[in-house]
Amino acid sequence: MPKVVFKVGDDISTDTIYPGRFMATVLPTETPQHCFADYKEFNDKANRKELPEGGIILAGNNFGCGSSREQAASCIKGHGLTVVARGIARIFLQNAVNLGLNTIIAPDVVAGEGDELALEKGALVNKTTGKSFAIVPHAPARQAIIDAAGLIPYARRKLMEQHGKRA
Amino acid sequence: MAATLAEKILARASGRERVKPGDVLEPAVDLAMSHENGALVINQFSEIVKDTGLEPRVWDPSKIAIIFDHRVPAESSKTANNQRKIREFVVAQGITKFHEIRGDEGGICHQILPENGYVRPGAVVVGTDSHTTTHGALGALAWGIGATEMAAVWALGRVLNVETPPTIKVVIEGKLPELVTPKDIILYLIGKLTAQGANFRVMEFHGSAARAMTISGRLVLSNMSVEAGATSGLFVPDEETVRYLREDAGVKEDIPLIAPDPDAVYERIVEINVSDLEPQIACPHTVDNVKPVGEAAGRRIDQIVIGSCTNGRLDDIEAAAMILKGKKVAKTVRMLVFPASGRIYRQALERGFLGILAGAGAVVMNSGCGCCLGIHQGALADGEAALSTTNRNFKGRMGNPNAEIYLCSPAVAAASAITGVITDPRKGA
Ligand code: SF4
Repeated sequence: MPKVVFKVGDDISTDTIYPGRFMATVLPTETPQHCFADYKEFNDKANRKELPEGGIILAGNNFGCGSSREQAASCIKGHGLTVVARGIARIFLQNAVNLGLNTIIAPDVVAGEGDELALEKGALVNKTTGKSFAIVPHAPARQAIIDAAGLIPYARRKLMEQHGKRA
Repeated sequence: MAATLAEKILARASGRERVKPGDVLEPAVDLAMSHENGALVINQFSEIVKDTGLEPRVWDPSKIAIIFDHRVPAESSKTANNQRKIREFVVAQGITKFHEIRGDEGGICHQILPENGYVRPGAVVVGTDSHTTTHGALGALAWGIGATEMAAVWALGRVLNVETPPTIKVVIEGKLPELVTPKDIILYLIGKLTAQGANFRVMEFHGSAARAMTISGRLVLSNMSVEAGATSGLFVPDEETVRYLREDAGVKEDIPLIAPDPDAVYERIVEINVSDLEPQIACPHTVDNVKPVGEAAGRRIDQIVIGSCTNGRLDDIEAAAMILKGKKVAKTVRMLVFPASGRIYRQALERGFLGILAGAGAVVMNSGCGCCLGIHQGALADGEAALSTTNRNFKGRMGNPNAEIYLCSPAVAAASAITGVITDPRKGA
């Protein structure tokens, strides 16, 4: 069962997730080293290997507000983490969908670090407290990209169709 | 069904009679803008084309704009290598709207696009930069996208899976008092709407104060509409739009205008009157933490910044120069000025504004994004505070999460430069 491994508040901007000074780094294999670069707690956890694959970053409202920099999504994806938030800013959410970073929006979610969260019958359940929270499903426009395993394969298929080729 | 401006533009670009909020579209793109992050777009573009047997050619090199601005001149070899990679791509693909690191035609992407007439009313503009909303000032539907999404645009010429956003109508009435500016209007509005109040929505600006604004002022509002989360922030194009495109941007061709239907359906209507508006300050660390200047007055400031795609235009630099004329920047303050484009730099130089500012103690930097995003130049020390005409005060934005950033108009910034503390320009320094 996935656990909340890192908890942040409202309005966490892309400047916090991936500071501007690392923007020249673009490769998805390299961006994770700068994830939450100025958050010692996150980096200590990463160094101690306390951010297991599938672990959850729990955020408040408007997560990922600010810049369009895609590194903010790719650095979290590189750590294999899932974002559960009360709300996600538009560009960050679209980047996450395009790159295949797993996101769940639950406007009323309440959980602490270490709590176990699970999706059950279309709701998000905090297994530690026993509370259940409604989730906002992805809009069909974004779900189609998630189903195609990301925007690159999705766009590639569209490009082939446009040129009358079969994938 | 009657349509908002955004709905009209999306319908035209998607070849449909009409669209309504929630409709999923693939609108054709009129202009696709990138800056240094074009290096990542190039990588993702190659990925899309890989294994298709197709040539890696962009759909239309005349509709792609690339402007070097975020890290100019390059602050590191890594950036320099990215810039070289983009230069090579620009040549190989025949991209014509390319703006180098130059004093004649360079500058910040969101200034270069309008001043060169690249943006027209009714156009669909996407950019790998969140402040692409800026171009709504000219009546274009313009929004920020990520690098992978841009790579798909380069390949296909259209944006995939766009969900038609609902529109918030923002009616701005009244007449701005002296020394109160469009920046104060948008800060006030963001404070009212909150940082996520327009997430997944378009803002459409109406009212007598909106119509009375020059394009320079409209650019400020559209630019910062993303700070309320908006996908785009649109003005209805009018005579001022045509004047700007003809006189300032040198556009010769026809400029067809476009307007929302009078009975268009808005999700929400927000009305404000600016006749009694005071200068506003966005306090750390969110753009919606907005207060009238009086409530922050007296706060000691270490660095004053005038510039950026929000307030680095000629009228902004002029406003600062007029306040600082014959005065000195306080010894406890560093003042940095970076004009939004090479053209503005030269105009400000010719009119003597830069001389006044430098003589008062300000450092005039090259045009570009400067210290706005904390990559190079003007980083803050731990515990320091900056007062800036830029658009974001997020923790760490100017390169140090242990510093504070306050946002304001050029008038407030200049008045505060003299005193060294946040100062109401109407009270004088
Ligand atoms: S000036 Fe600042 S906000 Fe504007 S494009 Fe440059 S970095 Fe972005």
